Amino acid sequence: MTLTQEFDTIAAISTPLGEGAIAIVRLSGTDALKIAQSVYKGKNLAQVASHTINYGHIFEEERLVDEVMVSVMRAPKTFTREDIVEINTHGGIAVTQEILQLLLRNGARLAEPGEFTKRAFLNGRIDLAQAESVMDLIRAKTDKAANIAVKQLDGSLSKMINNIRQEILESLAQVEVNIDYPEYDDVETMTSQMLLEKTAHFEQLLENLLSTAKRGKILREGLKTAIIGRPNVGKSSLLNQLLREEKAIVTDIAGTTRDVITEFANIGGVPLELVDTAGIRETDDLVEAIGIERSKKALAEADLVLLVLDASLELTDKDLELLELSKNANRIVLLNKTDLPEKLDINQISGDFIRISALKNENLSAVEEKINQIFFAGEIEAKDATVLSNARHISLVEEALKALKEANNGLALGLPVDLIQVDVTRCWQLLGEITGEAAPDELITQLFSQFCLGK
Amino acid sequence: MNFQENYDVIVIGGGHAGVEASLAAARMGSKTLLMTINLNMVAFMPCNPSIGGSAKGIVVREIDALGGEMGRNIDKTYIQMKMLNTGKGPAVRALRAQADKDEYAASMKNTVSDQENLTLRQGMVEELILDDEKQKVIGVRTSTGTQYGAKAVIITTGTALRGEIIIGELKYSSGPNNSLSSIGLADNLREIGFEIGRFKTGTPPRVLASSIDYDKTEIQPGDEAPNHFSFMSSDEDYLKDQIPCWLTYTTENSHTILRDNLHRAPLFSGIVKGVGPRYCPSIEDKITRFADKPRHQLFLEPEGRNTEEVYIGGLSTSMPEDVQFDLVKSIPGLENAKMMRPGYAIEYDVVMPHQLRPTLETKLISGLFTAGQTNGTSGYEEAAGQGLVAGINAALKIQGKPEFILKRSEAYIGVMIDDLVTKGTLEPYRLLTSRAEYRLILRHDNADRRLTEIGRQVGLVSDAQWEHYQAKMAQFDREMKRLNSEKLKPLPDTQEKLGKLGFGPIKDALTGAEFLKRPEVNYDEVIDFIGQAPEVIDRTVIELIETEITYEGYIKKAMDQVDKMHRLEAKRIPKNMDWDKLDSIATEARQKFKKINPETLGQASRISGVNPADISILMVYLEGK
Repeated sequence: MTLTQEFDTIAAISTPLGEGAIAIVRLSGTDALKIAQSVYKGKNLAQVASHTINYGHIFEEERLVDEVMVSVMRAPKTFTREDIVEINTHGGIAVTQEILQLLLRNGARLAEPGEFTKRAFLNGRIDLAQAESVMDLIRAKTDKAANIAVKQLDGSLSKMINNIRQEILESLAQVEVNIDYPEYDDVETMTSQMLLEKTAHFEQLLENLLSTAKRGKILREGLKTAIIGRPNVGKSSLLNQLLREEKAIVTDIAGTTRDVITEFANIGGVPLELVDTAGIRETDDLVEAIGIERSKKALAEADLVLLVLDASLELTDKDLELLELSKNANRIVLLNKTDLPEKLDINQISGDFIRISALKNENLSAVEEKINQIFFAGEIEAKDATVLSNARHISLVEEALKALKEANNGLALGLPVDLIQVDVTRCWQLLGEITGEAAPDELITQLFSQFCLGK
Repeated sequence: MNFQENYDVIVIGGGHAGVEASLAAARMGSKTLLMTINLNMVAFMPCNPSIGGSAKGIVVREIDALGGEMGRNIDKTYIQMKMLNTGKGPAVRALRAQADKDEYAASMKNTVSDQENLTLRQGMVEELILDDEKQKVIGVRTSTGTQYGAKAVIITTGTALRGEIIIGELKYSSGPNNSLSSIGLADNLREIGFEIGRFKTGTPPRVLASSIDYDKTEIQPGDEAPNHFSFMSSDEDYLKDQIPCWLTYTTENSHTILRDNLHRAPLFSGIVKGVGPRYCPSIEDKITRFADKPRHQLFLEPEGRNTEEVYIGGLSTSMPEDVQFDLVKSIPGLENAKMMRPGYAIEYDVVMPHQLRPTLETKLISGLFTAGQTNGTSGYEEAAGQGLVAGINAALKIQGKPEFILKRSEAYIGVMIDDLVTKGTLEPYRLLTSRAEYRLILRHDNADRRLTEIGRQVGLVSDAQWEHYQAKMAQFDREMKRLNSEKLKPLPDTQEKLGKLGFGPIKDALTGAEFLKRPEVNYDEVIDFIGQAPEVIDRTVIELIETEITYEGYIKKAMDQVDKMHRLEAKRIPKNMDWDKLDSIATEARQKFKKINPETLGQASRISGVNPADISILMVYLEGK
């Protein structure tokens, strides 16, 4: 382990998963405010008073993730005696996890089991008499976490990580042999160009692995899908068609503050979690304004947006407004009612669209294909694919990828290979943390087994 | 006890560790005795005739910066000098010299003989004399029965400790190069209770220079541009008439000869019991492990100016002598070569280094230190670096002063010793750049900047060296200041000049330092724009400036890590720590902690098999104390 991690800003979900309507993601450390601010739009957290709670939104770049309340507590009057930020989300498990990942991507490290309590103790916040119980807590939590990690580390993932690590290791050994045995002529000198090819290849491998994380999440939890459109364009018929065609599961999530009905439809193997289906049913007959408001709300929570337009009519201002609102989302524009003569001017729609008839169940397979294309880059064969799912694993792979990108930047700047090695080594070490304790002197062992050296 | 003479420090063994240890102790004011089995073998080089190389060359500079002797001595006695890795980054450049073996040893022996406070004497120590509680060393007894009193004893016996030479079916008791083997002391160390390991190393045959046909080999000359190990050596003294080395290769025939006789190879017949180094395999080992390689490089290295002996680098072997005769003749250029000495393997006892503190004092016996090959390392430089640390600590202990421990971020010597005492070693340990996590900081060009002040504090750096260093640093500061204030301005003639040099135009004025930050720009090009300094800037200062500025970002990143690590190194674990009391830690961690007895939280975290949770628990425990 690297002990310098002791000074990292740490993050974790601090409420039990899957229970309660509100979840809290907690950050503690010197950079807590900075990291929170980097994903938060609302007040300037650096300037708000300590021990206040602030309304705002979490964004991943331009994409809205959730509406949140953020508590800011500055050191030393906090649990850990460090700066603490707590993000209160009202999304479910998926959104909370997503916010955690976002924080990890922006510089936080996933807290080790019992680490908040440990910091509280080390910083003198907890009584010395409690030292023993803190030690026991760390042990107990570690054992539990280890069990979970082992369960989640499936054979194919560890095999894949090990393969990538071995490839990286061979490159590292080649760079090392060039340094430690400069006159050894049998081994090719690793040039910047060669290393760049390697790092680009490693980057691709890790990107692929990370994309399975996304895919894994979708396959597990479903694609949060919003059907939007102004009243009477056919949202209900589309919904009914989707639900009728596939086995519909209607779940009533109890205990949530908002009494939302969520229904699932299985489209070509991908579960769609249809958001606010009750709303669609209720509001289609209500005044337009409410329809738009609900659409906006649904839009904010969705992974996928199905925007329904009535092709038998010209586009209205409301249609254009919805087109504009959803332009940055993963959107599929559906021109409904192809059973009637088309009056809509397609030049007013930017991007792709699909003509369907929800009523007659026509061309829905094209929708299926399109979803597949957007989320799986066309490959639906996810059956046996290696899937990254554990939050710790994902953040490690993301860190490893970041290290590779730094290596690439260095190479682009023309820095010598042995400096770039620092970042590549870091990537290799981070991946090692996924599969467990690295063997001592792994690199040196590789060096002497790969090359024939000696005096 | 009836002591013939009383000393502060007694050093047992006059090899590369022993001379540094005894010189350091004596220079720090300790009355010191250096005992050697053979006065003709002080600072003798039993294997390759070279000093330095990757990582090792940086160690030599570190020794020099701390006030040690190896760098100065090789600068007086080299026959060829070469900077390695010049095409690579600054962190991995290193100097290597071919040594005149006889001169190197003679020169070092003179330095030792002339040293105030230091007595050099021939004799074989057979026993350590301990106090009644058997916890502290108080003297030594020699094979002739003479007893010497000492406040500290440093064992630097190298491969002499129960040494056994092996050539083919032949195995006999011997130290390096047929010197006496030290058996009494080896037995004594076991009796005292040390865990002893058995390692193996080897050396290639030597051939007569005049019998080599150099036309069939490739010349390997030294550098023309001057370079020395010691920061005190002057460029003007750089050797003009250097002696080259020569490159040749093994042949298919060589491999056939070896393969046909593998059943007689002690390595495979079971005669060799010791653990050999992976990085220095014998030729029979190489052709077995890398059977598909059609040939192996061999370097013909002259052993000095006034000797005909040539060392065949790459041909280390313990095959029977008759096989060696045939083997040598199978090599291009050596068809008619006359073998002067056969190669051999040597097995020897090792004090397993986890039994040492980071000061190189043994945990078992107070005042007893071990250094060099005795601790499981290989290489003259590794030995010298440890000798220096042991010598300094022995003197400091007697003077009642704080201990001297180099951190991993301060020196390769620190990396090596931390590795040895924290992880132990299962084979002869060699320094490699990959063992250092902070190698961008541990460079050859800043060794003086890292260590001169530390050496001055312990009292080893002379006034002359100190003044020289301060003058260099003052110049460095002045020139850095100038580079940070003088600017390139976006004027037409500047832009034109930039264009001619192949750079794009600049938008805003930028300082010389900012311009130098571009990896493709060097110091001379900056001077082209901002003008010469009002003084002659030393080339070593220029090198330091270039590195510090060009790689500033990476250096800073590494330094951030170092700072954090230091805060944890500062967290000490009490000496009499009862590991059984820590019942929350994993069993494996407890066993490791009990074995190593780490002295700081940092050291504890580097023990293999210890996981973060164990360290967390230890941290909480220490805080609760």
